[in-house]
Amino acid sequence: MTAKIATITSGKGGVGKTTATANLGAALASHGLRVVCIDADIGLRNLDVVMGLENRIVYDFVDVVEGRCKLRQAMIRDKRLENLFLIPAAQTRDKTAVSPQDMIRLGEELRPEFDWVLIDSPAGIERGFRNAIAPADLVLIITNPEVSAVRDADRIIGLIEAEEKGPGRLILNRVKPEMVRRGDMLGVEDILDVLAIELIGIVPEDERVTVATNQGVPIALDPGSKAGQAFQNIARRLLGDDVPFESLESRDGFFGRISRLMRAGGEA
Amino acid sequence: MSFFEKVGLGRSRSAKSAKERLQLVLVHDRAGISPGKLEVLKDDLIDVISRHLEIDTEHVEITLTRDRDQQRLVADIPLAPSRLRRRNVR
Repeated sequence: MTAKIATITSGKGGVGKTTATANLGAALASHGLRVVCIDADIGLRNLDVVMGLENRIVYDFVDVVEGRCKLRQAMIRDKRLENLFLIPAAQTRDKTAVSPQDMIRLGEELRPEFDWVLIDSPAGIERGFRNAIAPADLVLIITNPEVSAVRDADRIIGLIEAEEKGPGRLILNRVKPEMVRRGDMLGVEDILDVLAIELIGIVPEDERVTVATNQGVPIALDPGSKAGQAFQNIARRLLGDDVPFESLESRDGFFGRISRLMRAGGEA
Repeated sequence: MSFFEKVGLGRSRSAKSAKERLQLVLVHDRAGISPGKLEVLKDDLIDVISRHLEIDTEHVEITLTRDRDQQRLVADIPLAPSRLRRRNVR
């Protein structure tokens, strides 16, 4: 096994990095792949609660770096998917407890054991972000259809290119198709036009994400959730499948119905 | 662009203004110069050029433009009308 290392980052906080990491991890693991998710947000640990594993933490990732435990001891196995693991962040330290070199070393240690290593980056463009992208083969930039989030995504895209981790691929999260249709929310084309980056997924706003997060279960395993299915599709695109993009903007309209009917033979 | 966007059906303005504001702010972000600093640059440029040429300082325009992979600082500096006339006479 030689894992691919993908970092999920955004610049702006609160756009869905942790949700995306947890769900892409679950989606990839549901294909039978061995996956480990690393919470690189030292001091603001959250991936553990989103994955529902907060009660099982004994050691964290700073304990590994500082030699207080073996890597294996800090890996927590998921409750549902036996080939999905979490390496939690330390809660009582800060980003300077780890260096980009530590992250690269950790990545190399995990590579032979897994198919995918997913790193949940902290918000911002400082040390924590630099740590998170240091070992990455691939960077996924996540944003929301809002001026502030897209501006920060542009900044991140520039920094990733400067670190020669580019070009990166974009996840557009929390799209409200109805608002896009009314012309009151930036659409997919608008954002791609502005950012000039390749898209890997469009995730609609979905109340079920909140419900799933409340319970600490991955929405990607809920076949009835549009957001969950969007994360499943991103996972398939990561695996190299050619999955057509969802046409969210006209899903409930006349044209949406027509295009779904026309696709029904191929995709349903 | 979707069909609805093209014909402008049911389209209020806020997404459009979001896009326009983003495009403008990103041009400045990417070049690393704020609109205010660009104004300062413009004043400096006017000072320097005025030492050599009579220019129409009221109508000088300095803009940042961008297509996919190239950013450009474009200066449009009209010469003073009087200077143009003198030159033609000589």
